[in-house]
Amino acid sequence: MNTRWVGMVLGGLFGAVIIAGLYFPILKQRVKQTAKIQPQSEEAARRELTQSLTTNPTEARVKAKLFWASNAHDGSLAPVTIDLPLSNEPPLRAKQVLNTLLAGPADPELRTLPPDAVLLAFYLLPDGTGIADFSEAMASSIPSGIESEQRAVDSLTRTLAANVPQIIRLKILIHGQEVDTLAGHLDLTGAFLVNPRAAQAAIAPQPDALTLPSI
Amino acid sequence: MLLKVKNRDAKQPRWIVDNSFRYACFALFLVSAAFLTLSGRSSAQAPTTSPPASVAPQNANPQTPTTTYSDSRLPRPGLNIVVLDPAHGGTDTGARGTGGIRESEIVLQFALQVRRALEAQGFQVIQTRMANENPSFDDRSAMANAQVGAVFVSLHVASTGLPGTVRVYVNSDLPPSSGGREASGLIPWDRAQAPFLALSHKLGDFVQGNLSIRFRGSPGNAQAAAIRQLRTTAAPAIAVEISSVSVNDRADLDRMAPGVADAIARGVTDFRPSYVVAGVPGGSR
Repeated sequence: MNTRWVGMVLGGLFGAVIIAGLYFPILKQRVKQTAKIQPQSEEAARRELTQSLTTNPTEARVKAKLFWASNAHDGSLAPVTIDLPLSNEPPLRAKQVLNTLLAGPADPELRTLPPDAVLLAFYLLPDGTGIADFSEAMASSIPSGIESEQRAVDSLTRTLAANVPQIIRLKILIHGQEVDTLAGHLDLTGAFLVNPRAAQAAIAPQPDALTLPSI
Repeated sequence: MLLKVKNRDAKQPRWIVDNSFRYACFALFLVSAAFLTLSGRSSAQAPTTSPPASVAPQNANPQTPTTTYSDSRLPRPGLNIVVLDPAHGGTDTGARGTGGIRESEIVLQFALQVRRALEAQGFQVIQTRMANENPSFDDRSAMANAQVGAVFVSLHVASTGLPGTVRVYVNSDLPPSSGGREASGLIPWDRAQAPFLALSHKLGDFVQGNLSIRFRGSPGNAQAAAIRQLRTTAAPAIAVEISSVSVNDRADLDRMAPGVADAIARGVTDFRPSYVVAGVPGGSR
């Protein structure tokens, strides 16, 4: 490599350093602006999307009971009554109350579910099993621990029990998949009991079913 | 010849590796990896050689241990062994505090003190992990399921809860299946905890009672939760969760260790006379 090439390479590098030095402050300013705007816009977009999908202005407003963490900060849950337009269709109604639960209480300290988690879908099987499919943030953003994970599931099951009596048990999926645990502790391979009375009634033998047909 | 040296223009030597040499290296790597894997597995399972209860794996996981029963090798009945499980480990750090406190590290340190306290009470202690490794849920359960006369204690540190308190959990009710045992007498692997739930509650209450004396604000009785680790454990099993990784100073957690260790050891000792399981040959496990 002769001196002419060395000179050209060094010249090119010097030019690149000058351009980078001029552009860097502008780039830094743009990154700061984007960081400020992004969380707010994502959250707003998500809320708008879920609200538009699940609420209908013609639906009757009813007093829904939602379970968030209690002010005592002892790990227990406390009911909060909110006026909500709720559908009479159990799957849609479940979706509406769960989306409100995910949106969180007035005091963010009393949240039971991660703020960035989204309910992707809710199905209700004929046997009364509700299937709630959450985004991955439900598992990745929840504080890891037996207490916090159990409280999250309790807030879901108790809210459903209070507002959608047709749901007997709840199965939780993460992004359409069955997972072993919520965040390393709570078992998600089974279903959680929502309505124990209905579950017992479903197990009890029905007299009509045992009657043999007369010949 | 495996390596060849060619002189190019007699100035720059060029090294060329034969394909046969590459294949030989790869084969050697495979053989070494297989040997290390097999030797590691056998050493990890070394403590679990005692005669086990009958537990039938129900899932299709080929690594799920299958255990059999042997009357002739039964040790003396009653509670002799504590399987101590420092949760998480390896790539799974568990709960993480803002100050960099990791659950997987803290529980390992707590386990050392709990182990000493239990051994002082005359128990044999088996730990599911001794270092920064992460056995599967089933591998950890298998260590308890392979013992006769054992209880299982899983140690956790929460990311929430009132700092300085400790809670004990037992598995919530599992769906019944022939009273917990199949007609063959085997316990289904995925519901192995079902026949032991009542004993687990008793053990949990003893340990929680001792903890609530030492740590104000802790509940008086064990609570129920659907804990994955406990579900496949065929022994009285509890999870002890300390609050929390969110403390500002790690020393606050370290100071709790002796009290937690003493309470667990006393709780297990108090539970010892209750450890009788009906339906198991010999009357006791």
